[in-house]
Formats: sequence, structure tokens, C-alpha cells
Amino acid sequence: MRFSGLKILTEGLTGNKGWGPHWRSPEPKPEYDIILIGGGGHGLATAHYLAKVHGITNVAVLEKGYLGGGNVGRNTTIVRANYLMPGNSEFYSHSLKLWEGLEEDLNYNVMHSQRGIINLVHSDGQRDAFIRRGNMMVGEGDDAEMLDPAGVKKLLPMIDFDQTRFPIYGGLYHRRGGTARHDAVAWGFARSASDRGVDLIQQCEVTGIDVEGGVVKGVQTTRGSIRAKKVAMVAAGRSSQVAAMAGLRLPIESHVLQAFVTEGLKPCLDHVVTYGMGHFYISQSDKGGLVFGGDLDMYASYAARGNLPLVEHVTEAAMTLMPQLGKARMLRSWGGIMDMSPDGSFIMDRTDIEGLFVNAGWCYGGFKATPGSGYAYAHLLATGNPHPTTMNHRLDRFRTGRGIMDEETTGSQHNLH
Amino acid sequence: MRLQCPICGARDVREFYYQGAAVMLERPDPDAGEAAWDDYLHLRDNPAGEHAELWSHDAGCGAWLKVRRNTATHEVYSAVLTREVKR
Repeated sequence: MRFSGLKILTEGLTGNKGWGPHWRSPEPKPEYDIILIGGGGHGLATAHYLAKVHGITNVAVLEKGYLGGGNVGRNTTIVRANYLMPGNSEFYSHSLKLWEGLEEDLNYNVMHSQRGIINLVHSDGQRDAFIRRGNMMVGEGDDAEMLDPAGVKKLLPMIDFDQTRFPIYGGLYHRRGGTARHDAVAWGFARSASDRGVDLIQQCEVTGIDVEGGVVKGVQTTRGSIRAKKVAMVAAGRSSQVAAMAGLRLPIESHVLQAFVTEGLKPCLDHVVTYGMGHFYISQSDKGGLVFGGDLDMYASYAARGNLPLVEHVTEAAMTLMPQLGKARMLRSWGGIMDMSPDGSFIMDRTDIEGLFVNAGWCYGGFKATPGSGYAYAHLLATGNPHPTTMNHRLDRFRTGRGIMDEETTGSQHNLH
Repeated sequence: MRLQCPICGARDVREFYYQGAAVMLERPDPDAGEAAWDDYLHLRDNPAGEHAELWSHDAGCGAWLKVRRNTATHEVYSAVLTREVKR
């Protein structure tokens, strides 16, 4: 289905009866070249790039629920390329470039808004660290500027500069960062993949992965068995359960991350702002709601909801940064299931089982990676070799200690990221 | 979420620090080999359901607890002192 001004006008005048679905809903075929387990943002993006870049369309995306119903529908929509570590830097830089051409690529309005991200600075040490990070970003070919307090005040007049706990000494400004409409990203990739011949199969849960003699042969599903030459796991928070069906244990622990949105307000916040108090960050959606979040709840969870202590902690941070937020009513809070890796960086690799691939460990940063992940995973599936932007993201890096990308310098250990 | 500390009784989750899966209690021998240490340090079952895990009652008695908890519902089944598990 396509949109146009004329179509919207005529549909509006004729009762909106002529809209069709965005994608086909085919029955599963008995065999595919590639099966993707997981119809979220990354799975759908992989399907799009497999078809578009590599011409591989005998592909099925199997989704146990509905397309885009997992973390791509539950995140806080931040898009950025402000990473520090070699490996991650190249990857997120590439992903941001894909974002910048995404709407044209998909012919779909994903509402990508490069409104800029400001990481507030609260100490001399943090200023040094952010200058270093900014230099790394510029070295990668991306943009970064340091703002002094007056510069921050000009862009963010509504934040509290008189606070003493986290005084504002400046900010790291990443102009090309911003937000995008999360659901539209999933839908745009889905429509493109479906139009190019990929079968998107919803309500189809994978219940087993068939492996014979160390080679993957296909999957068992709630809609029958399906053979495949290659099987690609891309199940985010549920990666461990999917991998267990092939007898694999992954270096992943799933945690809950909460997010919050206020009622719709008049425009008051033009950028994405991060704050030193407990990973707090905030932006304003196009509907006017202030969208914000903070730390993980910090215990293993699949509940997709968190506990009150973190609600209290995050709202305290919100009130410290923007005291006027206390007048706004909270519309909604929710939790997503984060596939946390020991070093805080993702995994994209072959496995010891021939034809079985893994894409997991996105921690709490998978949304901005959606196009980059799909592009690189499609490359890995099509060629058998990692894309240049994911050379370091090997499954065995924890065992060997080679290529650990510890963004927060807390050590390669569960529960520290 | 509340955890039942064997020493202090039922206490709010914010008094506790979460360490991770209780496999951390089964430390391999120093020369057990790379695979055993990788298993111990990194690889996890990560179940959606009953999970054995380590919590420290940091803001209470300071004891380490082995907690059985459901990761899908947050129901807590039991909490025992790790020193009694280890014995």
C-alpha cells in the first residue's frame, strides 16, 4: 500500500474504506533459504537489506506475536552515533548514515528528527571524558561540539541551573542525533521486505531448531516444520530461550528497563537531553509527551514491567533537572526486556552450528542500531562473513578476551552494564 | 518486590544489591580450563521463569542470599543464606 496526498484526500471523502494492509500475510512455505527468528525491528531490517542489497528474497521472518510488538514498540526512540570504543564507533556511525537515508530508502515516513542530543556535564572529570568522547566521534567522521554553560542555557532554558547536586558545567552536543517514530520504522521495513518477496509470518512461534550433525536443517513451529539452509536468531530479550532450542547458552542476562511518558504538553524541549543522575534522559515526542527513562531495575526479569523504587528514582532525577515536570501528569510507564551482554556491546556472529547465526546482546541501545544491525546481519547471512562494521562483535570475545568493547569501563561482567 | 531475608525478615527490594545468577557460587578450579571459566563468568541459562540468583542485603544485615525467584512474574519463592548453601 502506498500513501499520497490525493489518496488521503479521496479516502477522507469516501469513509476511509479503501486502505489495505501494508504487507502480505502468506502461509509458510515448506522451505526457505533463510529463516529469521524474530519479527522485530532488527529482524525486519535484516529482511529488507537481504532483499534489497543481496537480492535474497526466499526468506521468512517468523514472529510469535505480531510484527514490531517487542522492544521496537517499547523503546524511547533515541537515534545517535556517540560511541567511544573502536568497533562500536564504526557500527553506530554507519547506522546513523543509514538512518539519514532511511525514509528515501523505504519510501516511508519514519519521522526521523535530527533534533540533536545534549549530554550534560557535571564535573571537570566528566568534561574531560566528554571532550575525549567528542574527539572520538569527530575522528569517526560524525559530529560533536562542546557547549559551555551559556551555550547549554541558550538551547535548554527550562532546565534548573541552580541545582547543587549535579551542577551543569556544559554539554556535549551531537547535532545529528535525535529521535524517530519507532513503530513506523518496523512498519516501513516490513512493507519493504514484504513487497520484495519476503514472507512475514506472524503468530508463528518457533518451538524447536533442527540440527543434524552440527548443521542446521530448519525449525519446528506452531504452524508446522519449515526447512531452511540458514537460520538466523534475532530475538532480543528472548535470545537465550531461542538459542537454548539449539543447545546453546549465550552470554546474556535479560533485564527490565522502564520508560515513562507524560500527558501531551506544548513544545518545551527541543532536544534529547541526558543527565548525570542515574542515566536519566528525556525528550519530547511529536505528540507532546515528555518521554524519559533512567537505569535498569538491575535484576533479571522478563516481566516487561518494573518496580516502584526505580519509578521513584527516575522521577526524582526528572524533578531535579526540570522541577516544572512535577506539574505534569504521568500518562504511562512500561518496561522492556533488555538482552544484556557482559561488556555492554552486542553480538553478531556465526555459531558453532553450521548455518545458525546469532544477533543479540543489544542491551538498552537496540533501537538506534536497527538499520545498521539489519544491514550488517544481512551481510553476514548472505556472505558468511561479518560486515566490516561488526568485525569485533564476535560471540567468543568473552572467552578469549579479544575485542571486548566495554563502553562504561566497568569490566566485562554481568550486572555491571 | 520484597525479599525475605532470613536474618531481617521481609524487606523492600531497594535494600538489596543484585549480583546475578547463583552459578557464581560454583567457582571452578583455577586450572579447570578456558571453557569452564567462560561458562562460569559469561554463559547463562537466563530462564524466563524460576531463577536461582545471588542478592546481598547491602542496606540491612549485609548477608549474601541465594534467592529463588520467578523472572517472568517477580514472585519470590525462597531466600537462604549463601553460607548455608555452601556448607
